[in-house]
Amino acid sequence: MQTHARKLLVIIAEAALEKDLVRAARAFGARGYTLSEVRGGGARGEREAAWEADRSIEMKVICSESVAERVAQHVLATYAPNFAVTVFVTDVGVFRPQKF
Amino acid sequence: MDPVVLFFLLGVIARLAKSDLRVPEPLYEALSIYLLLAIGIKGGVELAQQPLGAVLPQALAAIALSAAIPFVLFPILMRIGRLPRVDSASIAAHYGSVSVVTFAVGVSFLAKQHVATEPHMPLLLALMEAPGIVAGILLARMGGAQRVAWGALAHEAVFGKSVLLLLGGIVIGAIVGPQDITPIEPLFMGLFKGVLALFLLEMGLVAGARLADLRRAGVFLVAFGIVTPVALGVLGALVGQLVGLSLGGTALLATLAASASYIAAPTAMRIAVPEANPALSIGVALGVTFPFNITLGIPLYLQYARWMAG
Repeated sequence: MQTHARKLLVIIAEAALEKDLVRAARAFGARGYTLSEVRGGGARGEREAAWEADRSIEMKVICSESVAERVAQHVLATYAPNFAVTVFVTDVGVFRPQKF
Repeated sequence: MDPVVLFFLLGVIARLAKSDLRVPEPLYEALSIYLLLAIGIKGGVELAQQPLGAVLPQALAAIALSAAIPFVLFPILMRIGRLPRVDSASIAAHYGSVSVVTFAVGVSFLAKQHVATEPHMPLLLALMEAPGIVAGILLARMGGAQRVAWGALAHEAVFGKSVLLLLGGIVIGAIVGPQDITPIEPLFMGLFKGVLALFLLEMGLVAGARLADLRRAGVFLVAFGIVTPVALGVLGALVGQLVGLSLGGTALLATLAASASYIAAPTAMRIAVPEANPALSIGVALGVTFPFNITLGIPLYLQYARWMAG
């Protein structure tokens, strides 16, 4: 089956940012997203998802390279200075290019 | 001794001993929904049988108390604690807002001492959640250029889960009344103490994890976390006496004044004042003041109320 090249943008962040991240992804042209609750640790300490202020989310967006770039730039500029945020992008192949 | 306090200590010990004990997040969420609803419903059922005339001045006093506390604490944190403006404002907001679980432990302590309280205390609890947070945001942003998304915050203040469930429970209880509440009474009233104990086990785990933050926070904040509730308790008891609350009501208002929020305030401050370091405010509110209040504070606030009444 033929695949089409897209980017998988992954944002791991504090759960407090969920609404903002979804809004930003939509605004910059992403057609969909997947959210999951995750746990982990980093430069800002351990985030164990034990209670409200301790939750983290992972957001995955499959989109074109330009959308991934704009969302990533916005998230890094707006939230990275003050929030626990990890952003990365990888190549993926999708089967239905019109969906992404 | 109140068993719920021992559950809390068990949680702290488990955490410090690096036990693998973990309360799953969905259970924590379910328990907190239960507690908020149960507190609201109980207040609502009793409220339905009372004249509402005295409630308004007391409600206004509770709101004013919660809004005033950050303005008192902010200069202390900035000048004596030498903390940055945003951190001072954020910590002050946590103390202006209230802790539902501290309130619940207070209610259970007073019931054990056979001290009656006004049925509308849960209403005061709900009203005291937001004003301190708003005051803290104002303090953080005074003179600053950064804009605050007040619309989103107002939405959070009214429809955030704690206020929504407390007020929702009060309204449901008041509509249903004492007769028709009986089918759900075993769950929401009979099991309350046991669920509170389970919740405090989880709180012990969470508070134990914050103790590491305190090493970084320093001596000032640890002292602040103990002196502040002791002093704010006096303020709360004075206001309680002024607006004519009973002995139990005065003790609970003192408890609310002395308590520091750890559900509503951390979330709101994270969004409104992201530059503030949450480890400081949550560390002192949850690592110092919460354990102090549920062990030594609440009996002290009842004593304040007794001194003022006598």
